[in-house]
Amino acid sequence: MKIQLLQICHGRSGDKGDTANVGIIARKEEFYPIIEKYLTAERVREYFAGMVRGRVERFELPNLWALNFLLHNALGGGGTKSLKNDAQGKTLAAALLRMEIEVPDGVNI
Amino acid sequence: MKSFVRIASGQGFWGDLLTAPKAQVLGGPIDYLVMDYLAEVTMSIMQKQKKKDPKLGYAKDLIPLLKELLPACVERNIRIITNGGGVNPLECSNAVAETARSLRINGLKIGVITGDNILDRIDALGEAGHELKNMETGESLSSVRDRLQSANTYFGAWPIVEALKQGAQVVVTGRTTDTGLTLAPMIHEFEWKADDWNRLAAGTVAGHILECGGQASGGNFSADWKSVRDLAHIGFPIAEAYPDGQIIITKHESLGGMVSLQTVKEQLLYEIGNPREYITPDCIADFTTIRLKQDGADRVRLAEVKGRPATELYKVSMAYADGFTAFGTLTYSWPEALEKARAADEILRIRLKDLGLQFEEIHTEFLGFNSSHGPLSRPVKDPNEVVMRIGVRSRDLAAVERFGKELAPLILTGPPSVTGFAGGRPRPSEVISYWPALIRKEAVKPEVTVRTS
Repeated sequence: MKIQLLQICHGRSGDKGDTANVGIIARKEEFYPIIEKYLTAERVREYFAGMVRGRVERFELPNLWALNFLLHNALGGGGTKSLKNDAQGKTLAAALLRMEIEVPDGVNI
Repeated sequence: MKSFVRIASGQGFWGDLLTAPKAQVLGGPIDYLVMDYLAEVTMSIMQKQKKKDPKLGYAKDLIPLLKELLPACVERNIRIITNGGGVNPLECSNAVAETARSLRINGLKIGVITGDNILDRIDALGEAGHELKNMETGESLSSVRDRLQSANTYFGAWPIVEALKQGAQVVVTGRTTDTGLTLAPMIHEFEWKADDWNRLAAGTVAGHILECGGQASGGNFSADWKSVRDLAHIGFPIAEAYPDGQIIITKHESLGGMVSLQTVKEQLLYEIGNPREYITPDCIADFTTIRLKQDGADRVRLAEVKGRPATELYKVSMAYADGFTAFGTLTYSWPEALEKARAADEILRIRLKDLGLQFEEIHTEFLGFNSSHGPLSRPVKDPNEVVMRIGVRSRDLAAVERFGKELAPLILTGPPSVTGFAGGRPRPSEVISYWPALIRKEAVKPEVTVRTS
C-alpha cells in the first residue's frame, strides 16, 4: 500500500555551506527497516531532481532508527550567497516527508 | 568530586531568546551556564565592528545579560562559559570586569581564551608552509587572499578546562566549538583524561544536543509539535553529566517545552555529516553508537557513546567578501494572484536586461506557493494572495543598487491589485563567503589568561 513518509517518520534539516542535511527518523522501531530499504540515496536524488544539483549521500543510524542524507549543491550557494528564502534548507525535511512510499500491506501505522 | 554536574544551555545563537539564560539560572539547580553566540557569518560581522572601533568585535548582548545574571550566578556558584568574545575576547573580558565592578562584585575571576584569530598571521603561516587550501574544493587561498575578512581557528574544550582549573567563574572565548563549551566543565569536574575518547565523545554528543538551545527541548519539533507544552516559556536543555560518561538530557520542571527521545533524536540529526565521524578538536564521536533511553519525564539518558582519537588538525573558518545581493518583495492579491506575480517577474527581468545589467544570478520565488519546496511544490488553485520575492547577486554594486530602483515602479506599471512595498527600496548587502580550511595543531596555540576584576 502507498503511504506518505510523514505517517511513519519525522525529521529535521539544516545546512553546512551549500550542502543540506536531511535527517529522517522512523516513529517506531519496526518502521526503520522499511525506510532503510525504500529510501535509497538514488530515490532521494530522483525525488529532489530540479532542486538538488549535486550528489546525494546516505548514512544509516539504526541505533536512532534514522537515516541522514547529505544533499550537495542544494542551497543556491548557501550562506549569505544564496538567493533562496530557505537558504539554510530548514524546510527540506518536510519536503522529503511529503514523499509517497510503498510499504507492505498490513503495516500497522 | 561532585557526583554529577548540571550544565545548562543559555543561548543557541546570537539573536536567541534573551530571557532563556535567566530562566536557566533561576528555574532550578544548575552548575554551569553555557552560551553559544557564534555562527560563521557572526565572526566577519564582528571583525567589521572591530575595524571601526577596536573596543568592539564581541557579542554585545552578553553585557546587559551578565548585568542581570552575575549576582545570582555568583551567589549560587554558577559558572558561565561563552564564546561571545567573538574576535575580541580581551575587550569582552574588560566589559565583563567593568560590569562586575558596577555591580560591586569584587574579585570575580574571568578567564579569557585567545589565539584563535589568525587573520594577521595568514601570510606568515603561508610562508611556513600552512597553505590553508579550501578543504572542500582544494582551491588555493591566493584566489581570495586580498578579500579575507576573518580567519579563526576552532579551539575545543581544553583551553576552557585550563581556565576553570585556574578558578575562572566566567570564561570568555573567541572561536571555540559549540560542543567544547559543554564538554569542558565535564572534563574539569571529573578529571577526564585527554585520551579518554569514549567519555570525551559522550560530552561532545551532549554538547551537540545543547548547542542549538530550545531545538532539543521542544522547539522546531516535527514529530508532534502540538504536544509540546508552553512553548512560550520553553526551558532550554540541560545536560546532567556523571563521572562515568553517562549523561541525562533534561530541562527545568518549572519551565515549558519537552525532552523526549524524539526531540533529542531530531537535534542529534541536525547539521551532521557522516555520523560515524563527528570531528571536533577534542575527539571523533561516533553517533551510530549512541544509546538513548527515556529515564522519567523530560529525561533522556545517553549511554555507550564511543569515540576515537582526535586528529592532528584544527579547522579554520575564514570569511571573504564575495559580491552583493538585494531582495525585494511585492504582494499580489486574488484574482489570478500567481499569474500576476509571474508576469511581474517577467516584466522586471526584461527591464533589467534592457538596462544591460550583469548579474551572476536572478532568483524568483512565490511565497505562499513554492519558496520552501521549489519544483516539488504542488499546484495551487486560485490562491488568495501570492508574494513575489526576487533576489539578485552581482560583484557589481551599481547593478545591485539599480535593481533596487526597479521594484517600486512595478506597482504603477505592472499587473494590478499589488501591495506590500512599505519597506522602501531593496538595499544591497555584502555577500560573505566561507573558506573552510585545516591547519596543523602545533601552528596555533590557545592562550589562557585568568584575571581578577
